[in-house]
Amino acid sequence: MNSKITSLLRWADDALILGQRLAEWCGHGPVLEQDIALTNISLDLIGQARSYYQYAAELEGSDSTEDTFAFHRDVPEFKNHLLVEQPNGHWGVTILRQFFFDTYHFYLLEGLRKSNDATIAAIAEKAIKEVSYHAQYTAEWVIRLGDGTEESKAKMEEALDLMWMWTPELFESDEVDSEAVTQGYGVDPSTLKEAWTQKITQVLGLATLQVPENPWGQTGGRNGNHTEHLGFLLAEMQYLPKSYPDAKW
Amino acid sequence: MEKDNWKIWEVFIRSKNGLSHKHVGSLHAPDEEMAIKNARDVYTRRSEGVSIWVVPSDQITASSPDEKEPLFTPSDDKVYRHPTFYEIPDEVGHM
Repeated sequence: MNSKITSLLRWADDALILGQRLAEWCGHGPVLEQDIALTNISLDLIGQARSYYQYAAELEGSDSTEDTFAFHRDVPEFKNHLLVEQPNGHWGVTILRQFFFDTYHFYLLEGLRKSNDATIAAIAEKAIKEVSYHAQYTAEWVIRLGDGTEESKAKMEEALDLMWMWTPELFESDEVDSEAVTQGYGVDPSTLKEAWTQKITQVLGLATLQVPENPWGQTGGRNGNHTEHLGFLLAEMQYLPKSYPDAKW
Repeated sequence: MEKDNWKIWEVFIRSKNGLSHKHVGSLHAPDEEMAIKNARDVYTRRSEGVSIWVVPSDQITASSPDEKEPLFTPSDDKVYRHPTFYEIPDEVGHM
């Protein structure tokens, strides 16, 4: 598989898996307004995943379609970061996970807008408008919950303990990323870390939360080594097309 | 998170430039910034607007249904207040 397809699948898998996670909130949000906000974000992400998958299928030139990638691959073939497959937990956990990802996602797309591949640049151009809003929305919530009541602050501290260890992986780079930079279609994730850290520090400061000092992070997602949670997510997401392969809408 | 702490807001959307903001509904939000964001998510998902106003519901003064007769009935028999008796030149277009 060429490195451009691998890169596309990595970006797509992040968006799809997180979109599916957020969709689990549908009908369960703390209030109607939040429920709709999260499912809006979910749909934006799934739309972005579709664009990447469609392009990857086109490059692959086989019988693959966007659905093949989404519904007919198993855990080790998914290349998403471990952060996005983590369970939703309470509202604070979901918001913090989303804030960490949105901020990374925003800087990633800023880079991809300048891709020398016109399709990738166009997908990023469309997506960054959506993601700017996601990042604003979740930052506002982190500030309100961290600097809110004693209970909301305690829950955000708990969320930080749970989510921090999955963030270093976002900035890991390997030979696929260096190939992306050499060919000019992608970005090196390690170059996004400084801007991300600055933004996170600023928002956590406003939220009166401490930036965790522990630099250790669990990695493996982009090589297909996932946490136990991804299998359950895929089982639910892929159930219908796997049980009824010819099912049509 | 106590929902009791959340104010109710009335939402007004301008559907395009040149038109006025129209009341579209209400929603819950903890403060004005989140009210705008919630309004964006709840009321403009299908490209309904280019501008949003939010107003705390308790800041709206409403007429009382009891006053319906003195307020509104007197105009019922004054059809001459409608500008329907004028010839409008074609050049004016739709009014």
